[in-house]
Amino acid sequence: MRRRLRFLLGHEAIELETVDPTLTVLEWLRRHAHRRGTKEGCAEGDCGACSVVVAEPDANHDGRRLRYRAVNACIQFIATLDGCQLLTVEDLKGPDGSLHPVQRAMVDHHGSQCGFCTPGFVMTLAALHHEEPGPKSRGRIDDALAGNLCRCTGYGPIIRAAQAITTTTGATAHLTDREPEVLARLLAWRDGATFAVGEAGRTFMSPGSLDDLLRLAAEHPQATILAGSTDVGLWVTKQQRVLDPVIWLGRVPELAAIEETDDALRIGAGVTYAQAFAHIARLWPQAGELNRRLGSEQIRHAGTIGGNIANGSPIGDSPPWLIAAGATLHLARADERRSMPLEDFFIAYGRQDRGLGEIVEAVTVPKPGPDTALHCYKITKRFDQDISAVCAGIQLRREGQRISEARIAYGGMAATPKRAARAEKALTGAPFEEASFRRAMAALAEDYQPISDMRASAAYRLKVAQNLLLKAYVESSDATSLCLAGRREPVRV
Amino acid sequence: MSDRLAVNRPLAHDSAAKHVAGEAVYIDDMPEPSRCLEVYVAWADRAHARLLKLDLDAVRRASGVVAVVTTDDIPGHTDISPVGRHDEPVFAAETVQFWGQALFAVAACDVHTARRAAGLAVIAYEDLEPRLDVDAARAAEDYVWPPAHFVRGDTEAGLARATRRLDGRVTMGGQDHFYLEGHVALAIPGEDGDMTVFSSTQHPSEVQHMVAHVLGIPSNSVTVEVRRMGGGFGGKETQSNLFACVAALVARKTSRPAKCRLDRDDDMIMTGKRHDFTVDYKLGFDDDGRIEAVDMHFASRCGYSADLSGPINDRALFHADNCYFYPDVSLLCHPCRTNMASATAFRGFGGPQGMVAAERVIEEIAIACGLDPLEVRKRNFYGDGERAITPYHMTIEDNVIERVVAEVEKDSDYWTKRDAVRRFNAENRWQKKGLALTPVKFGISFTMTAYNQAGALVHIYKDGSVHLNHGGTEMGQGLFVKVAQVVAEELQLPLERIKITATTTAKVPNTSATAASSGSDLNGMAAQAAARTLRDRLTAFAAEQHQAEPSEVYWLPGRIAVKGNEIAFADLVHDAYMARIPLSATGFYKTPEIHWDRAAGRGKPFYYFAYGAACSEVTIDTLTGEYRVDRVDIVHDVGRSLNPAIDAGQIEGGFIQGMGWLTTEELVWDEQGRLRTHAPSTYKIPTCADRPEIFNLRLLENENPKATIHRSKAVGEPPLMLAISVWQALSDAVAATADHQHPARLDPPATPEKVLMAIGRLAEIEATKEAAE
Ligand SMILES: Cc1cc2nc3c(=O)[nH]c(=O)nc-3n(C[C@H](O)[C@H](O)[C@H](O)COP(=O)(O)OP(=O)(O)OC[C@H]3O[C@@H](n4cnc5c(N)ncnc54)[C@H](O)[C@@H]3O)c2cc1C
Ligand code: FES
Ligand code: FES
Repeated sequence: MRRRLRFLLGHEAIELETVDPTLTVLEWLRRHAHRRGTKEGCAEGDCGACSVVVAEPDANHDGRRLRYRAVNACIQFIATLDGCQLLTVEDLKGPDGSLHPVQRAMVDHHGSQCGFCTPGFVMTLAALHHEEPGPKSRGRIDDALAGNLCRCTGYGPIIRAAQAITTTTGATAHLTDREPEVLARLLAWRDGATFAVGEAGRTFMSPGSLDDLLRLAAEHPQATILAGSTDVGLWVTKQQRVLDPVIWLGRVPELAAIEETDDALRIGAGVTYAQAFAHIARLWPQAGELNRRLGSEQIRHAGTIGGNIANGSPIGDSPPWLIAAGATLHLARADERRSMPLEDFFIAYGRQDRGLGEIVEAVTVPKPGPDTALHCYKITKRFDQDISAVCAGIQLRREGQRISEARIAYGGMAATPKRAARAEKALTGAPFEEASFRRAMAALAEDYQPISDMRASAAYRLKVAQNLLLKAYVESSDATSLCLAGRREPVRV
Repeated sequence: MSDRLAVNRPLAHDSAAKHVAGEAVYIDDMPEPSRCLEVYVAWADRAHARLLKLDLDAVRRASGVVAVVTTDDIPGHTDISPVGRHDEPVFAAETVQFWGQALFAVAACDVHTARRAAGLAVIAYEDLEPRLDVDAARAAEDYVWPPAHFVRGDTEAGLARATRRLDGRVTMGGQDHFYLEGHVALAIPGEDGDMTVFSSTQHPSEVQHMVAHVLGIPSNSVTVEVRRMGGGFGGKETQSNLFACVAALVARKTSRPAKCRLDRDDDMIMTGKRHDFTVDYKLGFDDDGRIEAVDMHFASRCGYSADLSGPINDRALFHADNCYFYPDVSLLCHPCRTNMASATAFRGFGGPQGMVAAERVIEEIAIACGLDPLEVRKRNFYGDGERAITPYHMTIEDNVIERVVAEVEKDSDYWTKRDAVRRFNAENRWQKKGLALTPVKFGISFTMTAYNQAGALVHIYKDGSVHLNHGGTEMGQGLFVKVAQVVAEELQLPLERIKITATTTAKVPNTSATAASSGSDLNGMAAQAAARTLRDRLTAFAAEQHQAEPSEVYWLPGRIAVKGNEIAFADLVHDAYMARIPLSATGFYKTPEIHWDRAAGRGKPFYYFAYGAACSEVTIDTLTGEYRVDRVDIVHDVGRSLNPAIDAGQIEGGFIQGMGWLTTEELVWDEQGRLRTHAPSTYKIPTCADRPEIFNLRLLENENPKATIHRSKAVGEPPLMLAISVWQALSDAVAATADHQHPARLDPPATPEKVLMAIGRLAEIEATKEAAE
């Protein structure tokens, strides 16, 4: 087992042996590396002030190019940078002091006022510019920037800067010219070996294979399993929890796989939202739309679908639609494997059907038939980058004018993601007409007794959950009736 | 483009290139002095309780703890009320008055250690009933400030006389500042008990005063400095005091530098926010929608202490008329004491809340009379003579609102759009559109007359480079570049020659807070005065040198011309130095004309008004309450802009911030008085996609009739209120679900939940009506 972690800070090689297993990238940058351009605005992944770029060999191109992704330094642990290049705002200017095109555009378009959010925006835009050079639509810019809050500018100048980046010039050669060298270095470091680092008796373990993962998980049944850290990171920064040991599954290749067969899509537990997006969006357009609004680009680059299920949250966005689509969950422990309908995994608030040392391995979703339609809705206070007050997955199969099958699951309506048995019953076999849906709406009041909290009142939750059934009907019966959710263009009159 | 050298030009923010490179230094980015401690401030998790026991032995013994600071460690005053009310203890004494009130502070080498140790405190409380609403405070007549009452005419008679009458209530939420940089202070002890404090504050002089006050030393022993803040918005006007004082107390006790920086949650839990308000209104009007009499009773939740609630509540009343003439009017306001963090300044300073009430009034009248709200607005605009007098008996002399509104009406094609919206609503069952064009008139000046003064200091060094300092602080609003432009213009120098320096109490004393949108008005004038003194001296010197009259000395870019000679600025300065001409000057400014008698509710509290108007168009989803803002058209009056790019930035940013206040930013306290929305995961400020796709913004062609700095107008606060158009458009869309038969009564923040519930209320009214028929 390797006892060191290695990454590049800009172009400088960093090797660490003794390191706090839950030291965040942000703390490391600000306190240890004295790079203070990267800011802390919330320490919970929500404001983007800490955005940095992580570059790594792109698996989609056989590792022949570097893929840049923006992540939240505040909730990523430093050890997850193994084999990566970390770029911060300090890396962007050219050696002669000239500005990077993103920086240039931000200055030219008055994209900063107080400037505290600016390094984060610059890094998010730098990743976007690298991955998707060329002009961008307003919608694409909104998506890319949903995880960066600015309180001063009202975003207009930043959007204008983002749109202008292609046409401005600036320093990039100092980065691009050295990409082959960086790539070679990273590839050499990516040995696939299991490694462990730690400090003061606490350990961070990074298995390099599923076997190693299961072995370590069995040996340390009390370990914290770490996937994308978009949840676990907050245990540390918000709840000051001390974790030991941590087993990270980010380098387990088996968990990173997405397999598509004729009739199903199997998503490995370590697949990030971003990686799964294209597959999901193609097969279930509305689930794709939901995924697009899940967290922010930074969160989608880190958070995993496995983590979204494993954490058992009643307000996670993946379970409702996956349940509605009839997904099966696969669990693994040492030599043991088992599978179950996803809804059965959620037992009660904070309790899932997962034993000690057991890992969520994958989820399999049957592909929709020609007569099925999956409707997904995410109801939030703010349209982008907000946790659902209510999240719905409504899958309807039609045979002629009848509904032959209805699978409906909601998040935010109960202590777990939960199917709406009575509403399903009201719809199954019923004619496809408004009256049937109105009956299902009434039945929904029997299915759920939601609570009031800071996101929504119980009354609103129930009412909107009911209306979403009607919305599913309206959308499938009247294509001209626009759906606000997901609309990027203003409704013009 | 302007023919001026430096002013009126759309120059970039002076720190822009540093911002984008991560090179702009905020206080937490400064290299810590050696042996610097980090401080955690522990707070009470009770809204109202008697503090029975505070046993900190275990905290003191915890490993890594260097010092624990409590009230007993305060050598000077233990209270830091910024208005001298003695109602704001540094640390809670016998009674805890809000959830989040500071109890003690722990210092260690890093804040994590300090925080962990703080958790070891043994605390016992006796719980008391928390007071969380205005009705209970009014019943107890417990106010943090004497209520204000503005009266003109006889409102009761006016209401009795009116053709039509209508009563209602509007409540509106508060708002967290959500400056991206949280509160932070770094205190460095010096010799003779001196203290230097770097504080993220809009009001260095007050921090200086407070630190001196708690340390029991004179103000001349304390220096407070701030180069820039990562946003302020009023949240760092008084709220910085506590953290600066705590850092200074630790530094004093340990003789080591100490830094106190709050994380986001503690920042939101411990510090004050915009006041929420409840307004009960009684209206009298005629069939044409003309207002005859208005009676409004405001009440705000001020939190546990006075802070700035007095003037903030007053400003709500000052803007309860917005642009409308109320023939008979009575405006009363009760600043209620509640067990919450003390509500504080926030961009607009109560004005937005007053204006929301005014626009609700218009909305009600329009629905009642079956008129377009824009028509009702126009019919009630201030006019001439009698109709130019405000409820506080000031005559408005610079009214341009009709022109501003006419321009927005044209830009937005309001009436065509109105027809299209009507058609859209007739054709669409599930979605409805709303449209609203609302005006803004905002009074400029501190209503506390003494605050309307400023000082500046300008040095010219022998090489011709210029050092500029003034009492204003930079929080992103572009004050520093604007003031530098003023000085550059005066001395005819390129901006690069003017060094912009950190605000420090050691250079300009007794400054006012950078607040009330007054930054450029006050500091620009003071800096101009300083620069003009130097220019006059140099002119006199050059005239003497060349046996000319001063009027024969011409200032040209980078040089002067006198009697056929051109002399570069640097040469002139060098010669002046050799001739022993003083090359340093101070400047001072105080706003003329203003006076205010609060007891009588009369005076001229404002030097002038800034105007603007916005038209917003929205679409709502009637099944979910979700909405989008489709288009916004704005015309705003900044007089003759000192810097059109900076001003446009203030307008766009202010609009979106105001939109957040009125739409998605919802502060939720539970029954125990605990704030449940204390981080961006639960408190939702606008994000990029919320910015309307179509956003047209124009500056009004105008110049300030008053002799302000280069005839510009203040711009910080007024644009926030343009966002009232979004709320009104949402109300219009909701009302469309019941054919505009009833007012939407959509109370801000208009979250999707509120929108759906408002639609539900109208549906119920209609259903009851149908059933009755
Ligand atoms: C800013 C922000 C925005 C967010 N927005 C949304 C949103 O819109 N919708 C939404 O649903 N969620 C949202 N989240 C929550 C978060 O993204 C999800 O909970 C996420 O899916 C967790 O995945 P992860 O890979 O980051 O898991 P981690 O944080 O690494 O782990 C989460 C939990 O799952 C366990 N775990 C992870 N993987 C496995 C596995 N394979 N086997 C067993 N246990 C495992 C961990 O031990 C831990 O208990 C947001 C979070 C943040 C910080
Ligand atoms: S600091 Fe806010 S997202 Fe990291
Ligand atoms: S510039 Fe201040 S938060 Fe964006």
